[in-house]
Amino acid sequence: MTETGTYRVKRGLADMLKGGVIMDVVNADQARIAEDAGAVAVMALERVPSDIRRDGGVARMSDPEMIQGIQAAVTIPVMAKVRIGHFAEAQVIQSLDVDYIDESEVLTPADEAHHIDKWGFDVPFVCGATNLGEALRRISEGACMIRSKGEAGTGNVVEAVRHLRSILGDIRRITQADSAELFEWAKVLQAPHGLVAELAETGTLPVPMFCAGGLATPADASLVMQLGAQAVFVGSGIFKSDDPAVRAKAIVEATTHYQDPSIVAKVSTGLGPAMPGIEINTIPENERYASRGW
Amino acid sequence: MCSGCKAQHENIEWSSNGSVTLRVRKPEHLSGIDAIVLPGGESTTMSMLLESSTLFDPIAGLLNEGLPAFGTCAGMILLSAKVLDGRSDQRNFDSIDVTVQRNGYGRQLASFEADLNVEGLDAPFRSVFIRAPKVVAVGADVEVLATVTAADGTEAPALCRNGPVMVSSFHPELTDDPRLHELWLAQ
Repeated sequence: MTETGTYRVKRGLADMLKGGVIMDVVNADQARIAEDAGAVAVMALERVPSDIRRDGGVARMSDPEMIQGIQAAVTIPVMAKVRIGHFAEAQVIQSLDVDYIDESEVLTPADEAHHIDKWGFDVPFVCGATNLGEALRRISEGACMIRSKGEAGTGNVVEAVRHLRSILGDIRRITQADSAELFEWAKVLQAPHGLVAELAETGTLPVPMFCAGGLATPADASLVMQLGAQAVFVGSGIFKSDDPAVRAKAIVEATTHYQDPSIVAKVSTGLGPAMPGIEINTIPENERYASRGW
Repeated sequence: MCSGCKAQHENIEWSSNGSVTLRVRKPEHLSGIDAIVLPGGESTTMSMLLESSTLFDPIAGLLNEGLPAFGTCAGMILLSAKVLDGRSDQRNFDSIDVTVQRNGYGRQLASFEADLNVEGLDAPFRSVFIRAPKVVAVGADVEVLATVTAADGTEAPALCRNGPVMVSSFHPELTDDPRLHELWLAQ
């Protein structure tokens, strides 16, 4: 008797991606470059975040034909993004036999109050979070992987660091709380008490936590891995750089050997310019993707 | 090892024999080890990192000398004699005479868990298959310790052993059941 779509099976794939790099790609050629470089998975999307930021307009799920082209081009897992709350897009993506769905703030939200009820799907979901409360709410909705959001499309790692520190710092603080304080934590975080209590017991989220949003260099990958991320997503940082194939491989090696500065130095040598990047303060509040999600 | 489930393997209790585990990332980490686990992950990534970390040839040498090895999922692919649907530049150690098909059970939506009867264990073993490799042929000297019946009704070997080398299509590291690690080390 075999069972598909169980929580253990959905979460299991996230476990397999730990220590790796998941790369944003917009076509089959980029997907092949990513696989050649050692990506553990690719994220299929129509435009990388920095282009969405530049072009504006409503960003939606990708054309199924483009996703299928990427599935045919590589043997590693293929993920795809849907808009926050857009369960019909998620149904479409699941029907394409995609390996993971990212309910992503990089696309324009479809629902201003609700995220997708992810328990109703057999395909696993990853969701972004800027703080622990957001992470626990997504987990309570059935997310099997959390990624700290950062600020996608900026090439600036500062927001990723802020979100990672916020989530992991609060986890550390909760492990010191007594049982009465856990109720207060649940209230402050707006998260289920059961998950908060479990966290206090185990000292870790019940699902893997990866890092995304603004990573552009091998040293960025090493930084967030040392802070406690279990894997990294790199979007615009690779294919908006001067030499994507070399940079992609360098970031993979830096993620594996994040504790070894001499290897990070070696792979950082002669990479050519990273994407130019954006100072966060220059982005108006209402144009920051990280603030999307509830 | 390079990617995937190394931590889960370490979390499995090795209480029965007091073993200590360490993570192999560089050739110098190989000195003095008595056995190696090649965990789950993406086999294409692991193969590339084994090369770039200059680990492939030293590990191949140790395996040839009889180093006990347990490969799960992607680790099974690496230890196999022949890999179908792999990348052309993907290398494998050829340590056990099995032929595997990558993602042979399908993509993530076809991933599954099941109770398997394992030769040498009294009770079934909960086995989690994630985009798992399918064993499509085994050599005469390979013992098949467990088989699985896939959704399409076909049966395939899921756990194989030849002397000190054991391989599984599934992930014993995703459950907290140490019996397969014990079975392997008892050999």
